[in-house]
Amino acid sequence: MRIVVGSGSCGIAAGAGKVYSALECLLAGKPEVTLGVTGCIGMCYLEPIVDLYEEDVLKARLVKVSEKDAENIVKTAESGDLSFVENLIISADDENFLSQQTRIALRHCGVIDPTDIEDYMRADGYKAIEKVLTTMTPEDVIETIKVSGLAGRGGAGFPTWFKWNAARQSQGEEKYLICNADEGDPGAFMDRAVIESDPHNLIEGMLIGAYAIGAKEAVVYVRAEYPLAIKRLENAITEAKAKGLLGKNILGTDFCCEMRIKAGAGAFVCGEETALIESLEGSRGMPRLKPPFPAQCGYWQKPSNINNVETFANVPWILLNGGEAFSAMGTENSKGTKVFALTGKIKKGGLVEIPMGMTLREVIYNIGGGIKDDKEFKAVQMGGPSGGCIPKDLLDTVIDYKALGATGAIMGSGGMVVMDESTCMVAMAKFFLDFTAKESCGKCVPCRIGTKRMLEILTRITEGEGKEGDIELLEELCYAIKDGALCGLGQTAPNPVLTTIRYFRHEYEAHINDKKCPAHECTSLITYEIDKEKCRGCTLCAKKCPANAIIGTLKNPHEILTDKCIKCSQCRTVCKFGAVKTI
Amino acid sequence: MSCSCNHSNSDLSLLVPVLNEYKNIKGSLITILQKAQDIYGYLPTDVIYHIAKETGNTPAKVMGVATFYTQFRLTPVGKYLIMLCQGTACHVNGSERIEAAITEELGIKDGETTEDGLFTLKCVACLGCCSLSPVMMINEETYGSLTPEKAISILNDLRKKAGEEE
Repeated sequence: MRIVVGSGSCGIAAGAGKVYSALECLLAGKPEVTLGVTGCIGMCYLEPIVDLYEEDVLKARLVKVSEKDAENIVKTAESGDLSFVENLIISADDENFLSQQTRIALRHCGVIDPTDIEDYMRADGYKAIEKVLTTMTPEDVIETIKVSGLAGRGGAGFPTWFKWNAARQSQGEEKYLICNADEGDPGAFMDRAVIESDPHNLIEGMLIGAYAIGAKEAVVYVRAEYPLAIKRLENAITEAKAKGLLGKNILGTDFCCEMRIKAGAGAFVCGEETALIESLEGSRGMPRLKPPFPAQCGYWQKPSNINNVETFANVPWILLNGGEAFSAMGTENSKGTKVFALTGKIKKGGLVEIPMGMTLREVIYNIGGGIKDDKEFKAVQMGGPSGGCIPKDLLDTVIDYKALGATGAIMGSGGMVVMDESTCMVAMAKFFLDFTAKESCGKCVPCRIGTKRMLEILTRITEGEGKEGDIELLEELCYAIKDGALCGLGQTAPNPVLTTIRYFRHEYEAHINDKKCPAHECTSLITYEIDKEKCRGCTLCAKKCPANAIIGTLKNPHEILTDKCIKCSQCRTVCKFGAVKTI
Repeated sequence: MSCSCNHSNSDLSLLVPVLNEYKNIKGSLITILQKAQDIYGYLPTDVIYHIAKETGNTPAKVMGVATFYTQFRLTPVGKYLIMLCQGTACHVNGSERIEAAITEELGIKDGETTEDGLFTLKCVACLGCCSLSPVMMINEETYGSLTPEKAISILNDLRKKAGEEE
């Protein structure tokens, strides 16, 4: 048998590294059992995950494995008897998480070994670039992408073929192909997963793009916060070079393409393509005026094309299976599949790839299993700081660019953060404005100062200092920033505020007029109280209270002294009887 | 070279290999600063001046780049750099409580270092481990599904480890 440990960043954070080491120790001197790694299968809520294979057939998927289970796993691997690991085998319900998905960009994730090019080649790897270089012209490639309907997966949703064609048509010998792997949206991690789990797929997609536009140099701009992704991609580039798949005369043809990695240094605005180019050139990542577009005048003033990781990850599949196969999935205006990072207050969090056209409800309830602790769904945040919050009434919205845009949110890069009744929507808007105010590059006054003023107003509201007219003032600022900002960051920064005002205006009004936070999240607007009926007088809360604000004697109901209470919530956390409540 | 501020006295010879490799490749300023930070742990002022001189940039340009990106630090950091994720999923799942617990335990706020030089706390943008939120990363190791108690026990383990190493 072969034991494969899922070793993406999520898996490792959950303890996959320790599981691997424990297995490695036990398997020393046992050549009949092999041990390997794979990337992220996307079922983050079940990590660490260990797969048992016999002759390339998956025999069992073990979930929530700990190092203590290593011994039993080895016993099973040696004997083939699954009874040793019965308690770890994935449930049928959890298997549904994967079976309801359609995987194209993620098709190899959690299946192949990302550190071994041979494994990728066995899974049809580099067959697409071979087909392209030997049987297709660059125009044919662009036509195939046009037929597929593939649109940019980074957020804007611009047709990929159009950008490729524009770069192809641009005059000049020297052109650049750039991959935007500066995945800055808080709550989105599909690009990290693709690079960590299937780096050769990205390389192959980029090679096809480079051939289509006529670039001889390709650069991957990766976030510095993703050390494992950088390491795996470095390794993959070295492997591909050694096989003659990168460099001069690739696969014996005239096509030459070098590839290198540039580590970003932490700036959300660098997800904007002209800011990314500035950063690649070693400067502050401040956006440029468009036009000229990068396709005409980009990196070092040469024609350049920039696509996102997920966009490239779809390309080899499209070239192998045909544009029609891709466009057969999805809706009229959005073709193919999209990967979402399903997180927040959700039972089954992880990476979900689905055909466009599924509804939000299907993703959140059927795949994601619904809300944690069976609480009430309140909203789903899509598109990160550029997106918006979609309320319960709109759960049946289909996932496509147009329908999501109509709600005020955006498809974005695919962050899908689920919120329950305990999330305050005003605090949520403040959270995003805090982010964009910090990340604004400072070039345009409306964005630099406007986001700061909006943050101040939102902070005031959450602290109980809101005034009449604040909502209208926020709206006015929102439209001024949208109109006055140069780049996508500023133009979309007001979206979280606009959507929360649109759908949750009553929460703003409760904060401002009644000085109440309906979600009981804003500490300035809540008071802690002990329910005398439920309190058993165990004294635990009084012992834990850092402010000595709880009085009471053993076996008698306790009381919180409101003027001393610092609202740290310690008492509520430690109370075993649910007696501490907020009002 | 002489530094106009005299605040730091770094061994600039350590930079020679980095500068030799990158200074003639255009657009390498960020890479040079990253390598310099790997060497010194932060970007001392004299290092910034030296890089400016060697790469033909003004100190203002180099300083401008160093202060634009969150990765660069202008002050030394502790042995353990705690990067506490402030992403959306972590926020929704209570990262503020983790921050409060760490702040109370170590007596430092975001961006500060403990007096013993052991810990630096830095609140960072999304680390991309959203399903395990709340998350923190300490010296490239990620810790997920944190509770205030779990976070403090991790810090205590590191403190113990550092004590043993001495």
